[in-house]
Amino acid sequence: MEKGNATTLDAPQVRRVFRAPLPTQLTNFVGRKLLRLLLTVQGLGAFSLITLGVMLSKFRVARQVVWPAALHEIHRSGVRLLPMFLFISAVLGLVVVGQTVSWLNRVGAIPYLGMVMVIVVVRELGPLAAAMLILGRVGTANVVELGTARATGEVEALEALGIDPVHYLVVPRVVGMAVGLFALTVYLIIGALASGYLWAFVQDVPLRPIDYIRQLAGALQWMDFALLGLKTLAFGFIIATITCYHGLAQPLRLEEVSFATVRAVAQSVIACLIVDALFILVYLSV
Amino acid sequence: MERAESNNNVAIEMHGVDVSAMSDPSRITVRDVNWTVRTGDYWVVGGLQGSGKSDFLLLTGGLMSPAAGTYTLFGQPMPIFEDRRLPERLRLGLVFEGGQLLNHLTVWENVALPLRYHRNLRRSEVLSEVQAVLDWMGLTTWADSTPGALGRSWQKRVGLARALILRPEVLLIDNPLGGMDVRQARWYLQFLDELSAGHLITGGRPVTLVVTAADLRPWQGHARQIAILRDDRLSVPGDWSRIEAAGREIIGELLPQEEGGGALPTT
Repeated sequence: MEKGNATTLDAPQVRRVFRAPLPTQLTNFVGRKLLRLLLTVQGLGAFSLITLGVMLSKFRVARQVVWPAALHEIHRSGVRLLPMFLFISAVLGLVVVGQTVSWLNRVGAIPYLGMVMVIVVVRELGPLAAAMLILGRVGTANVVELGTARATGEVEALEALGIDPVHYLVVPRVVGMAVGLFALTVYLIIGALASGYLWAFVQDVPLRPIDYIRQLAGALQWMDFALLGLKTLAFGFIIATITCYHGLAQPLRLEEVSFATVRAVAQSVIACLIVDALFILVYLSV
Repeated sequence: MERAESNNNVAIEMHGVDVSAMSDPSRITVRDVNWTVRTGDYWVVGGLQGSGKSDFLLLTGGLMSPAAGTYTLFGQPMPIFEDRRLPERLRLGLVFEGGQLLNHLTVWENVALPLRYHRNLRRSEVLSEVQAVLDWMGLTTWADSTPGALGRSWQKRVGLARALILRPEVLLIDNPLGGMDVRQARWYLQFLDELSAGHLITGGRPVTLVVTAADLRPWQGHARQIAILRDDRLSVPGDWSRIEAAGREIIGELLPQEEGGGALPTT
């Protein structure tokens, strides 16, 4: 073989590299990670099913204790975060919607404004931003509270008293976060759309409020409302379940709580993005 | 017939039970326990730190399964995890060494929680019952405080109140006098004596007691039956009169004579 015709991959040194077995340490590392991922998925799946099972089978058990606890969680995951969400919705409208409206105006695409807003804000940005904010504010608190309760023996104390820890500690958090996330997402979307229009109005974009509302109403379909509800409830369930799982489902020492919190946040983000991608498939298929 | 009558008096019965560590289920801390507790008994289980007292009590409390052997509570196999058998399980109460109170609840809420949960009651419906227990146990002052504001001795007392609100027939208490000052320890011993004899808090019915201790001296004249955890085994010398016969090498560290018998612990 002439030197000039030989490709880089044919070079003897490169062939040796490609044919050599992977270093044991690398395969061990990948194997460990893969095994850990599978175990985590299995654990999360089992915990989710247990939570759903307890939620349904004990729906009428200890209502005077669990339902007020769920209301408290709705307050914590919803009402108490409303001022922060209103502020963020104003900023979101400013930086995203206001700019979009302004640029659509420059390229003469104002008639598409409603569709763009629905896709960007209602379908994607609103639910995902709300989920990430609630994860940061309430989800992390869940891991710390439950992890500390687990580490200090509070969970064993509940079991000794015949109180199901999943029923008393997890179910109210799941309900509270799912309902709270749905409500806050609606406020976030409305706030962002309104503040975005105000920002565009300040920039003299020739669009009357009534036209803006008509465009939005025209772009929204029944599916958007249904899927928005489903998506936010799913995000709430996922974040609450993952954060409760990492706080509660495995024995923890106090020094491990911070690591559990980091793991819970990372896994919640990944799980929400995967579910979000699945919803995109639904949007595209309908 | 005689056998049936005698079995009716048995609260706790263990045959060949191996106890694993709560933190590491693969590690056996106590082996081959053969032990019978009759209703009305007042046991103290002595053992040095690390002897497996807490694990033994957690198993007896039904929080984990025996690694081997059989354990029954009033004739029912333990542990009980099924909801439909919960009433059987609640015949037994467990008080943890540190009280293990729920830190997000006040003292009043901690004591009321089991009652409200199991009977599905509003706060207003348990006011008088909870208040009575708090009064009896001298906890009214702390009713609105969270556990973090309480000293360790008071936390233990709240843990005891929380267990008693369900009026258990058998009460297990893990190292109740550990870390208590003399006044608190005296109150605790006197209160347990009253429980054993029959207290209004349980409707006048005597409660079967099992306590663990690292120092047996305070329990002389209070607990009536003694068991010793040592070298992974539970030995049962019986009552105090048989202690000497059991040999100083078994109980010497738990009943040090040089420091004076009957002294209340400070650690």
